Amino acid sequence: MIDNDSNTLRLQQVCVGELKDVSITVTAGEIVCLSGASGSGKSRLMRAIADLEPHQGQISLGDQEQSEVAAHRWRGWVMLVPAESQWWAETVGEHFPTSPGAASLAALRLDDDILSWQIIRLSSGEKQRLALLRAIGHTPRALLLDEPTANLDGETTRLTESWVRELARQHRLPVLWVAHDPAQIGRIADLHYRIDGSRLEAVT
Amino acid sequence: MKIIDLSGWQLGLAASLVIMLSICTHLARLGVGKALLIAAVRTAIQLSLIGLVLEALFATAAIKWVALMAIAMVLIAGREVMARQKRRLTGGWTFAIGTLSMFVSTFVVTILTLTVIIGPSPWYTPQYAIPLLGMMLGNAMTGVALGLDRLTETVWRQRAVIENRLMLGQPWHEAVGDIRREAMRSGMMPTINSMAAAGVVSLPGMMTGQILAGSSPTLAVKYQILVMFIITTGTGFGTLLAVAAGSRRLFDARERLRIDRLSAPY
Repeated sequence: MIDNDSNTLRLQQVCVGELKDVSITVTAGEIVCLSGASGSGKSRLMRAIADLEPHQGQISLGDQEQSEVAAHRWRGWVMLVPAESQWWAETVGEHFPTSPGAASLAALRLDDDILSWQIIRLSSGEKQRLALLRAIGHTPRALLLDEPTANLDGETTRLTESWVRELARQHRLPVLWVAHDPAQIGRIADLHYRIDGSRLEAVT
Repeated sequence: MKIIDLSGWQLGLAASLVIMLSICTHLARLGVGKALLIAAVRTAIQLSLIGLVLEALFATAAIKWVALMAIAMVLIAGREVMARQKRRLTGGWTFAIGTLSMFVSTFVVTILTLTVIIGPSPWYTPQYAIPLLGMMLGNAMTGVALGLDRLTETVWRQRAVIENRLMLGQPWHEAVGDIRREAMRSGMMPTINSMAAAGVVSLPGMMTGQILAGSSPTLAVKYQILVMFIITTGTGFGTLLAVAAGSRRLFDARERLRIDRLSAPY
């Protein structure tokens, strides 16, 4: 049984690099945007939440503490999709635990036989959308998206935004989304934080 | 057949051939004349010294001296493994892992060969123990050095891929699995190839030496087959151990890729 609170992502006094005392809560189904100048430590914070970077403070998902869960299991729950995704096998399909349905492919405007393509054929925009699909295929309980629409055109960006929004609502996923574009933040964010020096400030 | 002794003037004659070669390379301005002479002098000095050490060792045949010699050999091999790395594990871990894995694999196989297969008495008779260990270490050193070098170099180049695989929830050994297998394979290939080519392409040095020393070719061949098998075993297990330990060291307790544990290239 999943109660409303079991997928809440909570950061308490997290310190990583220049950033100090980051305390935020992302509840299930909510999209929280994170912005800040490049080099301000957004990506590092995301890596810390996924436990890929040593850090201080407490991070929890529901009632589970990060440090009490095996690291690979934690990352399977709190899934980081990096700005630049990596593809190591020959074809697209080999990277997916289970094939995504035709509906998801269509929703993201991806060719319906893209799974049989060679990696070399993919454009950067296709890689970015496929990385989202691949992450979802591992059934995470929270999503950390690092500029997931950086290589997409205006229309595909809108499609991807509403796809993520729908996904978050349906699966009750908390989503932390690094974004630059104020218009995009306006469209998707339930809450918006900006990195200001070593602090995280709520933008209202 | 009694082996023909070599005296100083006979070696001098061979040395004059090397000097002739170095004069020719000097005239052709290849720039290796000096290096050639220095290497020749080093060969003469180093081998003479080791000859004296072995003479003394064979004369006493005490287990403590045999053991000391064996330890010295494995430490030197460990240093050589470290010297052959482009990127080392920081904090002396390359030396520690290389030395320990060669120690475990070559000592176990050598002792097993001496006690169970050949059976000289006592089992540590240095005429058998030291050359066997030496041949195994020489090959294990190459395998371990190649395996570790391939591991660290590939991990460095593919760090983004490994991290992305970690992000998808893969355990560390799965995220680095392909690279680890590749590194183990590259460490084992030279010995596998030399077994496949033995006798067809090359006459192995040990067998040649034994024949020159008066053994019958049949006996020399039997020893060579034995040596080939134990070399392959020692090198193989040494490489497996070293690559497994080395790849573990590249991740911490939270299964993070710790690329900071690799030094800058030498």
